[in-house]
Amino acid sequence: MISDLFSLNVLIGILTSGVRLATSYLYAAIGETFGQISGVLNLGVEGIMLVSAYAGYIVVLKTEDPWLGLLAAILVGMVMGVATAFISVTLKADQGISGIGVYLFGLGFSDLLFRVTVKSPQILKGFGDVAIPVLSDLPVIGHIFFNHNILVYGAFLLVPVAWFVLNRTTFGLKIRAVGQNPEAADSLGISVARMRYATLMIGGGLSGVAGASLSIALLNMFQQNITAGQGFIAVALVYFGAWKPYRVMLGCLLFSMVNALQLWIQTLGIPIPSDIALMMPYVLTIVALVFAARSVVTQPAALTKPFERGE
Amino acid sequence: MKRLLFVLALIAIIATIAACAPAPTPAPTAAPPTKAPEVKPTEAPKPTAVPPTAAPKPTDAPKPTDAPKPTEAPKPTVAPTAAAAAKPFRVAVIMPSAKNDLAFSQSMVDALTKVQTELGKDKFEFAYTDGLGNVPDAAAAIRDYAGKGFDLVIAHGSQYGASLADIAPDFPKTAFAWGTAADTFASKGVKNINAYTVQSDQGGYVEGVIAAKLSKSGSVGAIGPVPAGDGNLTILGFEAGAKATNPNIKVAKTFTNDFNNAALMSQAAQTMIAAGADVLTGTSQAVVGAISVAKDKNVLWFGNQSAQTSLANKVVVANQVYDWSPFIKQMIDNTKAGKLGGEVMIGTLKNKVLVIDYNKDYALPADVKKLADDTVQGLIDGKIQTGVK
Repeated sequence: MISDLFSLNVLIGILTSGVRLATSYLYAAIGETFGQISGVLNLGVEGIMLVSAYAGYIVVLKTEDPWLGLLAAILVGMVMGVATAFISVTLKADQGISGIGVYLFGLGFSDLLFRVTVKSPQILKGFGDVAIPVLSDLPVIGHIFFNHNILVYGAFLLVPVAWFVLNRTTFGLKIRAVGQNPEAADSLGISVARMRYATLMIGGGLSGVAGASLSIALLNMFQQNITAGQGFIAVALVYFGAWKPYRVMLGCLLFSMVNALQLWIQTLGIPIPSDIALMMPYVLTIVALVFAARSVVTQPAALTKPFERGE
Repeated sequence: MKRLLFVLALIAIIATIAACAPAPTPAPTAAPPTKAPEVKPTEAPKPTAVPPTAAPKPTDAPKPTDAPKPTEAPKPTVAPTAAAAAKPFRVAVIMPSAKNDLAFSQSMVDALTKVQTELGKDKFEFAYTDGLGNVPDAAAAIRDYAGKGFDLVIAHGSQYGASLADIAPDFPKTAFAWGTAADTFASKGVKNINAYTVQSDQGGYVEGVIAAKLSKSGSVGAIGPVPAGDGNLTILGFEAGAKATNPNIKVAKTFTNDFNNAALMSQAAQTMIAAGADVLTGTSQAVVGAISVAKDKNVLWFGNQSAQTSLANKVVVANQVYDWSPFIKQMIDNTKAGKLGGEVMIGTLKNKVLVIDYNKDYALPADVKKLADDTVQGLIDGKIQTGVK
């Protein structure tokens, strides 16, 4: 039985599942990376994902247009990002606690709206799989990478874009400046508050896409607590990735692959207790976090610290 | 460094909570009973649980072995006196997930609605609070309902048992029930708790028989939340039924360890399909994630707990529906006769708490339908055993 695991089909299956599962984590984690590099820890990602997932779902349910649903999810995410910024930047509230508040708000609010507006859950027609011409015909690789829905491609394209913005643009330089040394940035005339509002809006919008990727692309439905902790895993993956988009992507892929692996282990009937298999992704996350804690040098110096302008 | 470790610890804790807690829900104060029945203006001062003329009392005869016989419910021929007729029987239910989850919680709401239609709104009222995955919140709601004088309070979830055993003795005039479970806490001296459960392996067996007949690839799959409870029975029954019909069939089983993680359920279904399965089944409220995949990939689906046909009427073949209404009616009769607890009720195909509900839009071949009907009959007669313990 255990030899089944090493067949080509299963390997392709694990990698394909891993790529697909990584999508929602990637959007959320890259979005969170922006916020954290600017010095704001946003623990409310999960809540933003939930409300956006609902927004995407209800818009597609009413209009049958997944693009409109995606737009709605992004807008809702950005609005919630601004709200988060207002709490943690303008009001200077403790970021950990206020983030949990945003999460609880999102959990309850999305559920409430869903109950009020949808009598009986329905599966809708969201973004379908789009095989990329030529590339999808490649053996092995074609199936793993080039036969997914559009949001999966978007998630992986986002990584180099995020890297470029953060490392090769003035905007990115300012983001890093307010995260490393807000006093210095401020003295150079960069508005710390404005930069942090901007990154939290980006983070909120991307969390919105993450939520939508569940409700209108991967699952095509909504349910109470549909994200089931993914937003928090995404925050952890940012630490794992040491605030570097490529490493964050690796973390997302690793986590998803291990998750895909445990599903295959169970499906193939390999005699490992399901509890052990299920623990694997989480154990991996904890181990990764322990190692990430050692590379503390890369952490944005002003992370979680509200900026007080000295007079 | 310290701050970082603190943040990491915080994230780890929250992630664990978010992943483990089935559904942290707002406190019950924020979610008032959705259908709180209006207070009757002519409310009698005393909750007359026992009608004055409950003639045939179930004779407090010494119960030798307390054998749970669901079919032998005492049927008191209560002559509705003026008082009893004026006051409707009031039931309150606490449920772990959304009332429209197309699964466990919905099965109870559907049953209550059915009983209300049969008895009439003037004779039967019900209230509920759904989405109480958080046990302490649920316990507060149970206490609340009992305090409001409901005749019967049902804690619809096996996670509520310990709380119920604490609460019930404080309200000796209220009948309680919980499920799926088979323990009435009589051994602890509690007298007013009933327990109900299902032998869902029976319905799972029937589904497995049909699945084995319909599978072209010779590979089927079943997805559940945890290897325990009625969901596990369904999955084991499904496997037994499929193997009994086609000894060579491959039955994949996956547990996601989460009653709410639809994303993981969906990926489990994707994995099974990639491994060759062309017929799937599953349990818990998270299966909608798997049904979505089945619909998309045009793979057959067998529903459980509630009818799931409405989600994907092209691929759903049949559902094993839990119809709790016979148990509710039995508890109404018992309560009116003064027996508030101690009843263990086990749902089977025979007592019609388990119902195989076919999708009319799915053209099931006549020979397969006949085999399914024969299987149901065999399980009722006892000629077929699922072999699931």
